[in-house]
Amino acid sequence: MAEYQNIFTRVQVRGPAYPGIPLPAGDDPRVIKPFFNYLAGWLGEPQIGPLYVGRLGLLSFAFFFVAFEIVGLNMLASVNWNWLQFWRSLPWLALEPPAPAYGLHIPPLNEGGWWLIAGFFLTASVLTWWLRVYRRAVQLGLGTHAAWAFASAIFLFLSIGFIRPVLMGHWSESVPFGIFPHLDWTSAFSIRYGNLYYNPFHMLSIAFLYGSAVLFAMHGGTVLAVSRFGGEREVEQILDRGTAYERGALLWRWCMGFNATAESIHRWAWWFAVLVTLTGGIGILLTGTVVDNWYLWGAKHGIVPVWPNVFPPVPDPAAL
Amino acid sequence: MSNFNFKLFYLPVPVRIAAVLAAVVGVGLLFTLEAPPVDVVQRGFRGLGLFQNYHPATFAKTVAENQPIAAIGSPLMVGGPAGKVYKNVQVLKDVPVAEFTRLMASITTWVAPEQGCTYCHVDTSNLASDDLYTKRVSRRMIQMVLDINTNYKTHVAASGPTGATGVTCYTCHRGNPVPKNIWFTEPKGPAHALGNTSGRNLPSRAAGLTSLETDPFTPYFLGADDIRITPSTALPEGTSTASFKATYWTYGVMMYMSEALGVNCTYCHNTRQFSDWSQSSPQRATAWYGIRMVRHLNNDYLVPLQSTFPPNRLGPTGDSPKIACATCHNGVYKPLFGANMVQTYPELTK
Repeated sequence: MAEYQNIFTRVQVRGPAYPGIPLPAGDDPRVIKPFFNYLAGWLGEPQIGPLYVGRLGLLSFAFFFVAFEIVGLNMLASVNWNWLQFWRSLPWLALEPPAPAYGLHIPPLNEGGWWLIAGFFLTASVLTWWLRVYRRAVQLGLGTHAAWAFASAIFLFLSIGFIRPVLMGHWSESVPFGIFPHLDWTSAFSIRYGNLYYNPFHMLSIAFLYGSAVLFAMHGGTVLAVSRFGGEREVEQILDRGTAYERGALLWRWCMGFNATAESIHRWAWWFAVLVTLTGGIGILLTGTVVDNWYLWGAKHGIVPVWPNVFPPVPDPAAL
Repeated sequence: MSNFNFKLFYLPVPVRIAAVLAAVVGVGLLFTLEAPPVDVVQRGFRGLGLFQNYHPATFAKTVAENQPIAAIGSPLMVGGPAGKVYKNVQVLKDVPVAEFTRLMASITTWVAPEQGCTYCHVDTSNLASDDLYTKRVSRRMIQMVLDINTNYKTHVAASGPTGATGVTCYTCHRGNPVPKNIWFTEPKGPAHALGNTSGRNLPSRAAGLTSLETDPFTPYFLGADDIRITPSTALPEGTSTASFKATYWTYGVMMYMSEALGVNCTYCHNTRQFSDWSQSSPQRATAWYGIRMVRHLNNDYLVPLQSTFPPNRLGPTGDSPKIACATCHNGVYKPLFGANMVQTYPELTK
């Protein structure tokens, strides 16, 4: 019996490469002649390919390439086309959204125009990739759950980068493309709008994010624990749930009086993951539009604790 | 034995890859992080993370680098007024001549210990001449020291029962003719088709190696831009008209101040609401006055000296060298850890 309790899969089963079900008429042929990779087999299936590219895949890749090049070339130009400086400073470099003075107008290229174009192509790439995920699921006769979960992530991405800036009337509210700079944006966003920790939707988003991690650990742990009874093997589960499933269920029923089922645990996981970005996006859209200072909003609604001051009160010198 | 060694090198592939990764990450961490433990100084109500972190080894180095210089003897208030004894004394006219001479000798040790008197004076037989630019700058700098010690008690206490420090030339110069932590306005790069950094998005030495502003000085320490960006009402009622991007500038200058004083944000602020004065420490008010002091000193003393300085002392845009928090503080919450600089030089406080 294969052992699944190591970090890596230790026994690799190799049959002939599986090309997948036949494609419907009109679909492009799959590319890459299937081959096997031992390292890939540690983590998942050792078989690589075939891959369905299709028109959406090509479009998505082309759009991404344009966005990637615009961002990368702007970063390289910002260090005077010096490759050494580029690699040394890469985490600091960025392509910035337009200055506040431009509002929602289209600025000159080097004043944020490049940012708008890169954002447009990145969005086009993400949306065509979403269509691809949706279409592949339909072609396989599956539900479209993965596509809708991805849509939730896209909702947050667009809320931050597009919808909220439009609501605020300024592209400048949006995020720069850059490693440290986009992190500085998150801090600056919280500071400008009075501390995002007091935003209830930020709280919900964090709760679902941490909850997702807990659920993932519980589910992964349960399935690995019952694998010694063959619990991860689907064929037998269909015929008879057997001792592996029962033991997994009993572990949680005896621990906490309630257990999910083999189906519902995936619903839990799906909703938790989807709600991270859904609530997060709502929190973003409310910031600056409906609430200007989340700390003061929290104080107004009794969620800000009052602590004793260690220092004597300091009057604002500007008010003296 | 040889068999045993051979087996050591015959580790499974995943273990070997993991070992190489661990070594690379480990070496990286060695050069990035400071070894624990870190000293924590509480600066607010317990349990809220309102504290300052000091790493013992780094802090010991800072302490060693920030010691006051020994005063030359004690005040010698004897002799006639310097203005009557020497020619061309314009500022310290009324200081008794013995004390005046003692101060001049001290200034040499503070500012030009290697160059000596002739760094400012043409030669020792012609002390009155103003031919050297350094002499003309020095005169203005002495006036600046007097201004700080007499008019900025909200930031620098020059006298009083406790906490008096005051400043002398040494507070900034530390034996260097040009103080270490000065700044110049950053030149605007030429207009290109792409690669606009917006004044940040490069490793910023001024802002604690963040990707924030590379020149967080000009708007606040020369100009009078508003640092405040946070709305004072829960709902959008227009209490902050600051643009979103103004936050980066505020953030950048605050990072600078934090580095300049060797403190965390929580030295002045309760970070759950930076803007709230009722939860801030008294040091925040001291800093508020400090910003205004620096702005005044730059505009009234340093900027007008632009035509006095030779070109090699000017910045890339031909501007005067200017001061900010780190010029005096040098990474310490109180310059020279609060040593009283003027006790033995009372003439600098009048």
